[in-house]
Amino acid sequence: MDHGTVIEATKAVVTLDVALPGIIWGWMITLNMWAKSIGTGVILVGAFLLYRHKKEDMPNLRWMMPLISFIALNVFLLFTLVDLHQPLRMVNIFLHPHWTSAITVGAWMASLFTGLVTLMLAIGVLDAFPELGRHLGIAKKIREKSSLYEKVFPFVVFLALPVTMYTAIIMAEASARELWAAPAELVQMLFAAFMVGSASLILISEKWSAEARRDLTLILALSVALSFTMYMGEYFFSFKAAEVEATLAYVHSGGSYNTQFWAAMVLGYIIPFFIAMGSLKVENRTMLKFAAVTTFIGLYLAKSTWLEIPQMIPLS
Amino acid sequence: MKLGFLVDLNLCMGCKGCEIACKVENEVPLSSWRLRVKYIDIGTFPDTSRSFTPLRCNHCENAPCERICPVSALHYLDNGIVNIDSSRCIGCAGCMMACPYGAIYMDPESNTADKCTYCAHRIESGMMPACVVACPVEANIFGDVEDEKSHISRYIMEHQGDVQVRKPEKHTNPKHYYVGGGNQTLNPLAHERIEGYGLFNNITHLDTIGDPHHSILDRFTGPIFGHEHLDNKSFIDMDNDDSHESHEEGGH
Repeated sequence: MDHGTVIEATKAVVTLDVALPGIIWGWMITLNMWAKSIGTGVILVGAFLLYRHKKEDMPNLRWMMPLISFIALNVFLLFTLVDLHQPLRMVNIFLHPHWTSAITVGAWMASLFTGLVTLMLAIGVLDAFPELGRHLGIAKKIREKSSLYEKVFPFVVFLALPVTMYTAIIMAEASARELWAAPAELVQMLFAAFMVGSASLILISEKWSAEARRDLTLILALSVALSFTMYMGEYFFSFKAAEVEATLAYVHSGGSYNTQFWAAMVLGYIIPFFIAMGSLKVENRTMLKFAAVTTFIGLYLAKSTWLEIPQMIPLS
Repeated sequence: MKLGFLVDLNLCMGCKGCEIACKVENEVPLSSWRLRVKYIDIGTFPDTSRSFTPLRCNHCENAPCERICPVSALHYLDNGIVNIDSSRCIGCAGCMMACPYGAIYMDPESNTADKCTYCAHRIESGMMPACVVACPVEANIFGDVEDEKSHISRYIMEHQGDVQVRKPEKHTNPKHYYVGGGNQTLNPLAHERIEGYGLFNNITHLDTIGDPHHSILDRFTGPIFGHEHLDNKSFIDMDNDDSHESHEEGGH
């Protein structure tokens, strides 16, 4: 015991108890959410750009968008699996689904989404590189069905929204953690997707038209600004629930989570916002790429902080 | 039939007999508890008192753990018990995140979630839960809360105004009641929980959720090639001191 500790006379003190679990969902779940935001974000932002601009303005988007999404979604699925204590029983979600669970609904939607993105990737890559697998029968068949890409794309965009947001429902169903309020987390998940979706596409937009890049920059600036505003609201003004108050009081008092939260805000939100705003006036591609990279880092840190801090308070 | 539990905290003397009986009956591994008795000291010397609070699954009528379980490993029995099928559990720990009472643990031997089942196997055979049998002062009262003649129903009627549940604001409708409880004993935010401050043990956090000796790779290969046999000694060797900074809390 630290004999310097002063305990208020009115306070009760736990003097004998068992060890409690600390962080149950840790870095793997953070990585899972972060990668999912990229996987869905590039689709959402890509769809917006394709709506606003000609395909020729963004020559590599048709295959790079599903490629980035595919990689990110597989990272997401891999760490979803690896985080399970019985990963081989993942199949039970499909054999014995329990539909009140957002984990079940999310797993089904994410699997379907990944399947459709894989199809888009195959078509996009084979169309972009006509020499690739020219003698393979399957490549020929896929090329013949090239128009499927445009037919599937609207469903993929539609599906990207719930796939982005279902983790917020899981967090809402985790009723022991009051910090994770459903409406706030739903919107934060959406902003996160737009943040890293635009950041990902900024990194591949070297040969795009200036107008398309300007839209990307604007999406980045808006999404980080709105997400930052929500975090500030949640961080400073969540007065109404006792457990949220206790959680935030713990973080406000200092320590590693306090540092991590503010590092996240600076890297993921403040720096990208000012660089993006500057780049809207005078374009600076190098700085914009730097902003994209700090957005990735900042979002990871923010998600990690928000995931772990409510797990620090004792539940019983 | 709706089975429920009532603990009269005025009677409980903190002997931990129920805790041990539960451990033995259900072969709960070291480092895990289905039922625990927490000691809480109130006041300053010489005006101090110590209270003992047995804590177990509340078998909620509206159980968040049942709702979040993706594979129905957690399910309701007809008698109201929230039971768990370990053979179906995928170990996602969603239930641990959902239970507002921290009543679910990851069994380090099976790597699946587990919790108090009100000794469902004993009840099926017409017996009382092990903790009820072991209690020397009959502080644990168990029975059908829908039967107005049952001991628990009569006890609740006799103590109207002094019967509480934990965290009623969560609308989980727990079927676990306390008589003689107060904010300081039932609300975890109303007492300090200071790392390393304790009577006989360190008040701390587990470093590992589930089996501490199995790597991520073992999670995949274990079910196919088998696990290394774990004995109690392996859990005694667990590093569980308070040096793990990230698990420390500020004592809310």
